Order: sequence, then C-alpha cells, then structure tokens
Amino acid sequence: MRRLISGWRPALLLAVLLGAWEVYVDTGGADPLILPSPHAIAQSLYVDRALLWSNFLITAEEVLLGIFVAATAALLLASAMHFFVTLRRATYPLLIASQTVPIPILAPVLVLWLGFGLLPKLVVVALVSFFSIVVTTMAAFAAIDPDLLKLMRTFDASRWRTFTDVELPAALPGVFTGTKIAVIVAVIGAVFAEQSGANAGLGYLFEQSIPQLLTARAYAAVVILSMFAIALFAVLTLVERLTVPWALQPNGDSPR
Amino acid sequence: MIEAPPLEPRELGVTDGVHVESVSRTFAGRRGPVAALKGMSLDVSPGEIVVVVGPSGSGKTTLLELVCGLQQPDAGRVDCAPAALMPQRDLLLPWLGALDNATLALRARGIKRAEARALAGPWLQRFGLAGFEDTRPAALSGGMRQRVSFLRSLLAGKPVLALDEPFAALDAITRAEMQAWLATMLAQAPRTVVLVTHDVEEAVVLGDRVIVLSPRPGRAVAEVEVGLPRPRRRTDPELTALRERVYTALGVPQ
Repeated sequence: MRRLISGWRPALLLAVLLGAWEVYVDTGGADPLILPSPHAIAQSLYVDRALLWSNFLITAEEVLLGIFVAATAALLLASAMHFFVTLRRATYPLLIASQTVPIPILAPVLVLWLGFGLLPKLVVVALVSFFSIVVTTMAAFAAIDPDLLKLMRTFDASRWRTFTDVELPAALPGVFTGTKIAVIVAVIGAVFAEQSGANAGLGYLFEQSIPQLLTARAYAAVVILSMFAIALFAVLTLVERLTVPWALQPNGDSPR
Repeated sequence: MIEAPPLEPRELGVTDGVHVESVSRTFAGRRGPVAALKGMSLDVSPGEIVVVVGPSGSGKTTLLELVCGLQQPDAGRVDCAPAALMPQRDLLLPWLGALDNATLALRARGIKRAEARALAGPWLQRFGLAGFEDTRPAALSGGMRQRVSFLRSLLAGKPVLALDEPFAALDAITRAEMQAWLATMLAQAPRTVVLVTHDVEEAVVLGDRVIVLSPRPGRAVAEVEVGLPRPRRRTDPELTALRERVYTALGVPQ
C-alpha cells in the first residue's frame, strides 16, 4: 500500500456513494430509524463524542493488548516449532483444527468462564489474531535458504547464534505480515466478545443503541471501529517500513 | 604498505591440505538411490588452488560439503583441515551493511561487533569496498556482493576455502574481472582452495591444477596441470591449449 488514500479518485467515489445514500434516505427510500442518513451519523459522531470516545478507549485497549499478546505468543511458538520438528508435527495440525472453532460461539463460553472484564475480550482477540501471525512467521522461517545455515555451520556458529543472528531477523517480516492481516479480524473479534457480555466498549454500545432506536449512534460506533482498524493497519505498515525496510525492497535478496 | 592481516591463519602447514580418498556418497532419490560420487579421490596440497570441473549433477557440491564436514561419506575417507564455504549465491543478510555481513564468521566466534568491524574494516578497503561499509546488499552490485561474500568466508580464518561456483551468477564481464581479482586476493592471503565450477576458462585461469569429473556418479577422470605463471592472460596460446585439453577430457567435441 503506497499511501493510505492514494489520490482523489477513491475520495471522489466515496463522496458519490455517500451522496447517493443521503439522497436515498432523505427522499423516503428508507426509514431513518432503520437506515440513518450519513449526515445523521456524522451528527451522532459529534453529539455523542464523549460517549463514543470513552467506549472506544475500552475497545482499543482490548484490541491492542490482544494483538500484542498474540504476536508475542505467535513468535515464541513459531520459533519453538522451527527449532523442534517433533513439536511442529504435533502442534501444526491442531493449530489448524483450532481455527475451525467458530469464535462467535466460543466468545459467550469464554465470558462465562472468565467474567465480564477485560480478560475474555483479550483472549478472543488474541485467538482470532494468533493464527495468521503463526502461519506467516513459520513461512518466513521455512523460507530461509538452507545453504545459509550450512554456511553458518562451516563458520562454527552455535545453533543459538545462528538463530539470533540469521533466523530471527529473517522471520521478523513474517511477524509483520501476519499482524497486518490480524488487525482487521482483531477488531471484529473484540466486538463479538463485547456483544457476548460486557458493560463497556463500542461493540457493547452498538448492541445497546439498536433496541433504543439510536441507529445513528450504532452506525457511528461502526464508523469508529473501521477507522480504528484502518489506522492500526497504517501504523503497522509504517513501523514495518522503519523496522524491516530491507524486506520491502524489490532488490533485497533476502535469505530465502 | 599493507600490514599483516590480523586474522590470517597461521602459515599454512603440512596438515592444511585436503585428502579425499575413494569416497562414495549416495542419496535417497524419488526413484531409488542416486549415487552422487563414486570412488572419488582428491588431494590438494597446502596453499594449492585446485579447480574441479564437471557436468551438472556430477556431485561437485557434494564434494565441497564433504570437504567442509557438512556431510559424511558412505564409503572412503575424508581428511581435511578446517574449511569455510563460499556458497554459489552470495547469501548476504539483507538487513546488514557490507561490513557487518563480512564479519558474520567473526561474530559467530563470539567476537564483539565493534572489534569485529575494526578487524574487517581494512579488508573491506583492500577489497575495493571503501565507503560501502554500511551499504545494504540490495544497493551493491553483483560483483561487490560476491566480494563481500568472499571476504566473509576468508575472515572465518580457516586454512581451506571451498568455493562453490562463486561467479556463476555474474555477467561475463564482471565474472572475468572477479576471476582476476580472486587470483590477486589469494596471492595476498594464501589458502588451500577447492573451487568447483562448470566454467572451463575459469578453471584454467584460476587453478594450479584442474580435476575433471565424470558425469554422475562423479569421480576424477582426468587431471590437467596448469603450471603457468600469474597473472594469466586469457588469450595466451598455452592457456587456450590447456582449455582444449580440459574440454576433451570432459568429452566435449572440438
């Protein structure tokens, strides 16, 4: 992604779509209680800003902590699986199988088990993020050229030295790739977890606003959630560019 | 005046040669076992440059890995002084600058980064890479990368260097330059060298001796003594005659 919003074309398209939506609702195409117009949502974003902000902070905490836990655990597990073939053979099929458990069903169970606080949300976010990060990190480990490892052996490098100097840096771009994929589903995971039992957060606010017919407020929460996911992706892209610039250069002959 | 390089291995001694004696090596292939080498013998005296040429798949890389101790023979005996490998592709680490890449072997031995850089710095200059100390591989030319790769293996401080088609990936002009350059560098920092290639001209330009391998399973079928003074000129009639001899031994019709 070169820039988050590259140029005027997508902006123009967005303006046209929003305009059509506005006209559709204003001319009685849909009941504003069911589908609020863009300007009503914008109004709610302003009027309810304090409420939205305080709930946003809760959700943001869940997502950021969850991603951090997932990325750390994924790097540790992928490293361990890279080191120990037996562990990889034992764990990898189970890891894939674990992804078939539907999180919307798991979330209420986790709330029942872990309570209404931060913990079950963190667990759900970490669970949905973990998989993609493990897979891309393992792929980065597997892509290391075996000749490079032979070279290190003729240099009498210890197994640990080879890991810290060659393999770990080579795997870092994989961690970034996986985390960028994960941030999008992480936000969805947080919302699911909040809807399964919470007393704060944007997912909770959304759930509360619909029966109160505060549809515009519910949509405002959705707008903030998407903006948050986009912002996270952009920040990660920036950090990636600063941390592993060599992995993004077309000419960089990375150790494959 | 260039002072004695700090990591030069001690003067090459009588034990710093390479002895490979009727070695066989077989791999499990998809359609049964594949014999890479069979009855392969090779003797390299300390400080000698021996070039092994052979058709693709004649077990050249297997031979080098045996010399480096990365594989064990199924039969026969390998008795070699410690060897450092220089792989076919440069395999530089893309996140490190040229100098840090060159010090990889030093760092592997536990030498601190600052000290390793201080040791390797003068070498990088001698290798014509002054000013590129912190340039990452992506910004270096193919020839420069290969020079960094060679320095990295040289600084491992092993008496034997095992070079696996070191210039195969370079364009013809750069390759010719690098061959001349390598000859100069080896004159300054003597090593026992086993170089495998399928480039016959490279073999006669660089080697003291050229060993010709048979097609798979590989074994030495001919030996050509080069014995010409250095620097050698590619157009030297004696050199071209030797080149023809190697081609004949490889079974290439003239």
